[in-house]
Amino acid sequence: MESKEIRMLRERANEIRKDIIRMLGSAGSGHPGGSLSAADIVAALYFKVLRIDPRDPRRPDRDRFILSKGHAAPVLYAALAQRGYFPREELGTLRRLGSRLQGHPDMKKLPGVEMSTGSLGQGLSVANGMALAGKLDGMDYRVYVLLGDGEIQEGQVWEAAMAAAHYGLDNLTAFLDHNGMQIDGPVAEVMSPEPVSDKWRAFGWDVQVIDGHDMAQILGALERASAVKGKPQMIVAETVKGKGVSFMENQVGWHGVAPKPEEAERALAELEGLCLRPGLEGEGDGR
Amino acid sequence: MSGKTATREAYGRALAELGGYNKRVVVLDADLSKSTKTADFARVFPERFFNMGVAEQNLIGTAAGLAAAGKIPFASTFAVFATGRAFDQIRNSVAYAGLNVKIAATHAGVTVGEDGGSHQSVEDIAVMRSLPNLTVFVPADEAETFGAVRAAAEIDGPVYIRLGRAGVPPVHGQGFRFVPGKAVIIREGRDAAIIATGIMVAAALKAASALAGEGIEARVVSMHTIKPLDVEAVLSAARETGALVTAEEHSVIGGLGGAVCEAVCQLYPVPVKRVGLPDVFGESGKPEELLEKFGLTPSGIADAVRGAVKMKKAGI
Ligand SMILES: Cc1ncc(C[n+]2csc(CCOP(=O)(O)OP(=O)(O)O)c2C)c(N)n1
Ligand SMILES: [Mg+2]
Repeated sequence: MESKEIRMLRERANEIRKDIIRMLGSAGSGHPGGSLSAADIVAALYFKVLRIDPRDPRRPDRDRFILSKGHAAPVLYAALAQRGYFPREELGTLRRLGSRLQGHPDMKKLPGVEMSTGSLGQGLSVANGMALAGKLDGMDYRVYVLLGDGEIQEGQVWEAAMAAAHYGLDNLTAFLDHNGMQIDGPVAEVMSPEPVSDKWRAFGWDVQVIDGHDMAQILGALERASAVKGKPQMIVAETVKGKGVSFMENQVGWHGVAPKPEEAERALAELEGLCLRPGLEGEGDGR
Repeated sequence: MSGKTATREAYGRALAELGGYNKRVVVLDADLSKSTKTADFARVFPERFFNMGVAEQNLIGTAAGLAAAGKIPFASTFAVFATGRAFDQIRNSVAYAGLNVKIAATHAGVTVGEDGGSHQSVEDIAVMRSLPNLTVFVPADEAETFGAVRAAAEIDGPVYIRLGRAGVPPVHGQGFRFVPGKAVIIREGRDAAIIATGIMVAAALKAASALAGEGIEARVVSMHTIKPLDVEAVLSAARETGALVTAEEHSVIGGLGGAVCEAVCQLYPVPVKRVGLPDVFGESGKPEELLEKFGLTPSGIADAVRGAVKMKKAGI
């Protein structure tokens, strides 16, 4: 039986997906596939796990989340808006001149964005730095980072993987959005990073493999990860690129193309159908 | 004048001093701490020193994360690796993100010597200077290095400090104060001005003495801050002397020479001769031999001054 909390988080993920489609539809460009595949993870973080306060986005003891795969900016923006960092209407300005919602996250412009990303492969190093600083300062905040499975082809990721284990950064949890796709095709065909779990384990990480769309598994893995001592933790989330919109699922072509108006409408209708309790509204719950 | 000190030596001491009174300072290196002299800091503050191994991209990225969490990280390695291997990390994770990271790179220029061209950065000023948000310091001696390190810690934003391997004599007297973005006239002259940076400031002073014997009075300006460039100092040198020479241990493309030319050609065109590497890589040799080969010497600078004065007189 499903708990109230899990039900709430699933609805939240669905709301985030709808915002992603609306934003991309209105922007006319952007990356739906990798935004949709990460929606459940991001919903779990922003609506259950992260110790954050949207009214005080820079308080020193906050948990940090870095979207290393910065092209999935819409999933982050939707979560931040729904969590109360900025008005939800502003999502409609995505990618427009003068908008705080840049094509890729810009920490100088938008409150709640912990790191400017977009050039793949850099977020884990930054997360390491934040986790190191937390240890130095004796603060108990945690650092979370989301990586793409194409992104981990970057050498810097493995430099950072080595360093996180070397410095015993147990206040750091990474997610791998293992959706099996990148721009030019399936990750396995372009340049296989497999077996990913073995690789992270060999680099000294605690590794869990979960269904990245199963809210109970996401929460369970996060809870388990936070109890690990002496090691950084990797949660390999098996996901579906484009998750939630039937015609986008597992389609390489939906990596970086925005839905046209009628496609957006169809996508929203589908997501509406998935919605368990429509009309759930934004606003932080003050956690 | 007293003996020579390499700016990297001064850096190590300045860093250790800074660490004593500023607890936010942390230091990162990439397996070159004995050469970059960050080991001086590591010895006193081991808990605030992080060796990242031979992994420059992660070196810069980790520094960015430390800065985002309120630390003042100084990240060091050789200039070629810092600005070459980790350029994208400096661009995106540091400069674009506007994070408070100090990149203090040593072994810049040909005075690296025997290690050869693979290790001699001749393009780092050009690439660092082209990045928005970044401040670029190139200290000439021990005093400027201490000034640059202290100033870098005060500046809330990314800073690049270019340091050298070889010993350099002091170029400033007592009472020198390092003010970021403010060039220093260390010798007056009306016939031409030598605007120099880094180890070439000492060579410029020698060139000016030699030229004085021929009746050419050359002003010598130490341009320790390449960005933001002290445009006022460049323009007054142009107005008051009418002939400029730039001198740097760097390619003539895009460094101090480039910056000075950009300023005068738009605001007060006068002849400018650039002393630097003529669009070539360095090579193995003793530092003095290499400086000689590329004309990065007092006589090389003096020749350039004679040339610039001639152009001025010819009305070119
Ligand atoms: C350094 C860098 N190289 C190339 C790109 C262009 N790019 C954007 S997304 C992408 C593919 C990413 O694939 P993956 O990490 O699997 O992302 P996801 O499938 O989750 O969208 C590429 C190559 C980039 N943003 N950064
Ligand atoms: Mg992928």
